[in-house]
Amino acid sequence: MSTLALYSPRLSPLHRTPAGVKLAALGALSVLLFAVPRLPVAPAALAVVVVLALGGARLTPRQLLAQLRPVWLWLVGLLAFHLVVTDLASGSLAVLRLAALVLAAAVVTATSKVADLVAVIEWLCAPLRLVGVRPGRIGLAIAMTLRFIPLVAERGARIREAQAARGATRPMFLMLVPLLVQVLQLAHTTAEALDARGADDEPPPRPLWRRS
Amino acid sequence: MARAWRRAAPPAEDPAVRSRSGIELLDVGHTYGDRVVLREVSLVLPEHRVAVIGSNGSGKSTLARLLNGLVLPTSGRVLVDGLDTATDLRAVRRRVGFVFQDPDAQIVHPTVAEDVAFGLQNQRVPAAERDQRVTEVLARYGLTEHADHPAHLLSGGQKQLLAIAGVLVMRPARVVFDEPTTLLDLANRRRVGRVIEELEQDVVVVTHDLDLLAGFDRVLVVEDGRVVADGGPDETVGWYVARMS
Repeated sequence: MSTLALYSPRLSPLHRTPAGVKLAALGALSVLLFAVPRLPVAPAALAVVVVLALGGARLTPRQLLAQLRPVWLWLVGLLAFHLVVTDLASGSLAVLRLAALVLAAAVVTATSKVADLVAVIEWLCAPLRLVGVRPGRIGLAIAMTLRFIPLVAERGARIREAQAARGATRPMFLMLVPLLVQVLQLAHTTAEALDARGADDEPPPRPLWRRS
Repeated sequence: MARAWRRAAPPAEDPAVRSRSGIELLDVGHTYGDRVVLREVSLVLPEHRVAVIGSNGSGKSTLARLLNGLVLPTSGRVLVDGLDTATDLRAVRRRVGFVFQDPDAQIVHPTVAEDVAFGLQNQRVPAAERDQRVTEVLARYGLTEHADHPAHLLSGGQKQLLAIAGVLVMRPARVVFDEPTTLLDLANRRRVGRVIEELEQDVVVVTHDLDLLAGFDRVLVVEDGRVVADGGPDETVGWYVARMS
């Protein structure tokens, strides 16, 4: 399953916890880890996150490791950088802090439906109505980004295969223009689909300064 | 120009006294820049199931898009149950659902159930009713077990069923399908064909899949922006196949 297959449907205490609470906890953890830059705090936070992931969210160790796979090279690079520039303790702190946050974010997304996360973001953006912004549009943009990243990657892979089959030696470079054309075509049809499905039914809110 | 079994164009009297049920195209033309895509098309479509066939670039997809206001006529008028697509666009779109050829372009949310719920959220359907309708439509199209799965991991046939479910959950009175089986294998073509066949809603299907047309009430052949043949499926498809041979 792709790393963008974020939600992992299960019956667990963390799945039942409101998305807003989980996002707030994630924010608090981020502040804590950067406000208290001490070595015991980061491994303790990482341990708590792992316990919550395995026990509270009932995720498997394999799922957790899969979340670290895309960033492990960064973690190794970060540690190496600190070993050269500072020391092992600082490097360990930075790596453990980042790993704890990546896993915590993974736990939030694995236990929360995108719609619930988007609803929280829309709620947070509600005051923007005063300046004429539709919070629903922000939520839709986030949801569509998550939806279309794997689709565009798939289209790119198809173009690379087609070009490789015809002997292209630099497919990464050559795929940009056809991919752009396909993405523009996709965007046009998706815009039509949004219209057809009533995405434009909500009139934009009037900005505060235009209200009588 | 060949014209087989052409129905009479509606009389050009005041639309207010014309039938208010069904789809009507009154001298409709459409151009993209200098390119004329549809020329003075006049049709009344009261039938339950209507198909539109024709070559690539003949104008049939533009004709389909006119029916729910995705494209507005450059000249003439399109009426759906008496509502003009140019002036009553939102009301028309609530009445006419549209299923696209490529379901990937139509699915806008990451997971299956969320995408089906999208149209209902736009219609401000209360959450409880929304959940109930989503559950029903997912069960109807065999997608229940995929409800929380990422849409991009579905098969091509499942994606097209999801696209259809996302439209039908909004309970439109009519549904327009633009080449719904073009990207599908034989089994999924037949499955989508059965879904269309079982719909209570009036349907207009643009297609190259002539096997889909058995049991349709009316088939239109579009060529060079004009309806050149119009009649029952047997004679019209036979005429079209002979013309293409």
